[in-house]
Amino acid sequence: MSEALITAEHVSKRFPLPEGKGEFTALEDVEVTVARGEVVALLGRSGSGKSTLLRIMAGLIPASDGSVRNGDAVLLGPNPDVGMVFQSFALLPWLTVIENVELGLEARGIGRTERMKRALRAIDLVGLDGFETAYPRELSGGMKQRVGFSRALVVEPKVLFLDEPFSALDVLTAENLRGEIDDLWNAKTFPAQAILLVTHNIEEAVFLADRVIVLGANPGRVRGEVAVDLPRPHNRTSPRFKELVDRLYEVMTNPSLDMARAWEPADAPAPAAAPRSPYARPLPHVRVGTISGLLELIVESGDDAQEVARLADRLALPVDDLLAILDAAVLLGFAVVSEGDVRTTEAGRDFANATIQHSKDIFRHQVLASAPIVATIAKTLTEKENRAMRGDFFLDLLDEYYPAEEARRQFQTAVEWGRYAELFEYDAEDDRLFGSDTLVAAQVAAQTTT
Amino acid sequence: MQAFLPGSGSLRRVRYGLTDVAVILGALVLLAVIARFGSESFVAFTPPRNVPTISLDPHMLPGYAVRSTLRMFIALVASFAFTFVYGYAAAHNRYAERVLIPALDILQSVPVLGFLSITITGFIALFPGSLLGLEAAAIFAIFTSQVWNMTFSFYQSLRTLPQDLVEATAAYGLSPWERFVRLEVPAGTIGLVWNAMMSFGGGWFFLAASEAISVLNSNFTLPGIGSYVAVAVKAQNMPALGWAVLTMAVTILLVDQLFWRPLVAWSDKFRLEQSASAEPPQSWLYDLLRRSRVPHAFGRVTQPVGDVLSRGLAVLSRVRPRPAGRASSPLVDRAYDAVILLAVLGLIYYIVEQRILTGVGVGEIGHVALLGLVTLTRVVVLLIVATLVWTPIGVTIGLSPTLTRRAQPIALFLASFPANFIFPFATLAFIRLHLSINFGSILLMALGAQWYILFNTIAGASSVPTDLREMTDDIGLGGWQRWRRLIIPAIFSSWVTGGTWNASIVSEVVSWGSTTLVATGLGSYITEATTKGDWPRIWLGVSVMSLYVVGINRLFWRRLYRLAETRYHL
Repeated sequence: MSEALITAEHVSKRFPLPEGKGEFTALEDVEVTVARGEVVALLGRSGSGKSTLLRIMAGLIPASDGSVRNGDAVLLGPNPDVGMVFQSFALLPWLTVIENVELGLEARGIGRTERMKRALRAIDLVGLDGFETAYPRELSGGMKQRVGFSRALVVEPKVLFLDEPFSALDVLTAENLRGEIDDLWNAKTFPAQAILLVTHNIEEAVFLADRVIVLGANPGRVRGEVAVDLPRPHNRTSPRFKELVDRLYEVMTNPSLDMARAWEPADAPAPAAAPRSPYARPLPHVRVGTISGLLELIVESGDDAQEVARLADRLALPVDDLLAILDAAVLLGFAVVSEGDVRTTEAGRDFANATIQHSKDIFRHQVLASAPIVATIAKTLTEKENRAMRGDFFLDLLDEYYPAEEARRQFQTAVEWGRYAELFEYDAEDDRLFGSDTLVAAQVAAQTTT
Repeated sequence: MQAFLPGSGSLRRVRYGLTDVAVILGALVLLAVIARFGSESFVAFTPPRNVPTISLDPHMLPGYAVRSTLRMFIALVASFAFTFVYGYAAAHNRYAERVLIPALDILQSVPVLGFLSITITGFIALFPGSLLGLEAAAIFAIFTSQVWNMTFSFYQSLRTLPQDLVEATAAYGLSPWERFVRLEVPAGTIGLVWNAMMSFGGGWFFLAASEAISVLNSNFTLPGIGSYVAVAVKAQNMPALGWAVLTMAVTILLVDQLFWRPLVAWSDKFRLEQSASAEPPQSWLYDLLRRSRVPHAFGRVTQPVGDVLSRGLAVLSRVRPRPAGRASSPLVDRAYDAVILLAVLGLIYYIVEQRILTGVGVGEIGHVALLGLVTLTRVVVLLIVATLVWTPIGVTIGLSPTLTRRAQPIALFLASFPANFIFPFATLAFIRLHLSINFGSILLMALGAQWYILFNTIAGASSVPTDLREMTDDIGLGGWQRWRRLIIPAIFSSWVTGGTWNASIVSEVVSWGSTTLVATGLGSYITEATTKGDWPRIWLGVSVMSLYVVGINRLFWRRLYRLAETRYHL
């Protein structure tokens, strides 16, 4: 391997949970190296801590354990050798394009004329000439991100850090800009010596990167890495490209799959050992209507099994969103995913075809059987004499397992599912949950005790 | 498209034209006026023999108005300076925050004229033999009427900076100074300008009250438009009062056109949204300045100095990176809290024991609390009546875009017009009609407060989305039902604004010539104590009023705010 530019060594990151309830581990013992001349992609789903890792390597937040080595020095503050491109562009709205680009140069104390010369060159590089004195709000999303790239490249950083730079853009604009950045890199005159890309888009990772590092969630860790053994630029239509994408889909849809085994035909993986508390099993944040929409789509296509990669293509949906929906469908027993294919189960087909009332019955049955947070809330409510409880109570319990924001989202998803299943009602104003009628209560009692 | 491309335009040499002459002349006139009237603050003042006299000649009015306006602007500059320092400290230091923010909350509740009563003798002693002491006291009163709002606004915007922008400034190595100039101040600008403008409007009221004030049995008058009114009242000179009202109106309009409008138009570029605003604020003066070459030329001359200065500050403010993991120890935190608690208890003890109980008995505290209740009743009655009267009018205006465009500036103007200029006319009416001041003072308070209610109601009603209005028409929701289901919820958050207490101090004691009407209430209690220089009673009155305001804010307004934010948010 050629000279290492930035290395994360045994990096862990823990965030304190609210009210001193211990800690939440976002990253555990992560090792990542970026070497001169390569494009590395960090691929992971939300919650895998990939953006956190990027920020630690950029010196924006400190690691809890381990260190980041920048060349020979251990990193203590913001990394001076990094130029960062943000998902949300992060342009100062009150500065013109050129003033935004000059920002990093200004901070380095470079004189006015030199600053202007270099900024103009960087603006020219990304094809923004003519827009120097425009304000960001006059630009389209794609143009704004060009300013973002220009601002990062003007300081001639050793490593260019890209934090999901294309995911806030529409599909065509993203495709266009991605291609141009790739062309710039391939032309060997790129102002940076390496690129570290964070993405949840599998195709994007394979298209841009020489190495794809896959991160797993809970806690965030490196699951393994894949070398993209294709000549640059990576040809999307080549069979090898498709194969790499398919394999990565398989890895991503199977959180428990051993990456080393992913490259040989493998049996369906053994499910992960069930956590102790029902509250520790997170719900995917997906609306019920979305799950049934996806199932209907699969059922209507007449084909029981669908390739996940094709499905993502057809829906033009961010992969992260699609995977969350699949997670929910699998959790509820409506579908199974194996080897990058998704199949509907009988319950799933019933659910997709049923009338509203019947689909609610099916949903209730499945939720009680396999969504432990919702089932436990329903059970707790039926056991109370007045069938009412404060939402705070469950939120506090969830707080023990998740960071505050995630706990709130878990609670919201549980309420949404429970409401749809008519297991309970929720009065947001009083923050009060009410158990449902006796008939349902009987089902709750029957299903949750077994 | 070609016309929008920059480059050629910014490099082109433009000959100096008429706009530039106008800008230069304007700047010179402004400087001359400031120099001419500012110097008068240094005249001799050795009470009681040598007190500045106020002439009721209307020709003197423009000069008085300029001096009053200068006071307002000095206070404004001081408010900005205070805001930046205090807001920055509170937002960046956890320990400072825990003291500064609650302190701000309390300071905000102390009636402005209470501050004046307590501090004026100190200011006079600070500059013996000169008017500067009185000037400082008046400016301080205006300052206290503006600064708390502005500081809160700046602190809030610092706390809610977009995370990605904060990260970008860190990633590109901006020093704290550069971050302050490039990110923190710009992000706070719109809120700050808006708050400053609203409080500046309110400031005229306190200016008028603080220019002529009776303290320690002597009348202090500071040449200005407020003291002109006071003298005219004593002389029962109705035409002079009319001239004063006219001058005040012209002054407010001029300050609005020459200062606030351009400032608001300029600050529009500091919006955090990434899209252009539908109707950007307009100002003819701002357009003129932008077209003129003079500001550019001036900028080019001062640029090298500015560059060196900001570079120096950037280097000076740069902090060395610290190793990670400096977690705060809970023990230190608890010790810190304990120290603060002790300090607060000590302060309360000091005020009660050393300032209040030295001159009044414990029994009087109960009496003053009852007086507070009387004044509270007035405030509540005023609020209810003004709401019932002005909400339907405001809603009617607000639902029509054309009416809104015309009426909004008028409401804003009326809100900033100092109500105490109108008091003499009302007082005269009370005397003629034999109306008790106990009720009359409610009307006096309403003279100022009602316009804020009108202004806010218009703003709320005009923000009701068209589709919701069409929907209520479509399903035939009319009359009271329409009000209950759509209009009241929609304007609720705009209506929730308090702050009529300040007016009570002035409106419970009014006079015409030698006749003085005194209402029973906490406001008149404070006024009389201030006149007599009765320190224990000043302290007691101001403390009780502050407690009332804090209590009502906590118990009532705070809850309404939360309700407004969570449920009635459009």
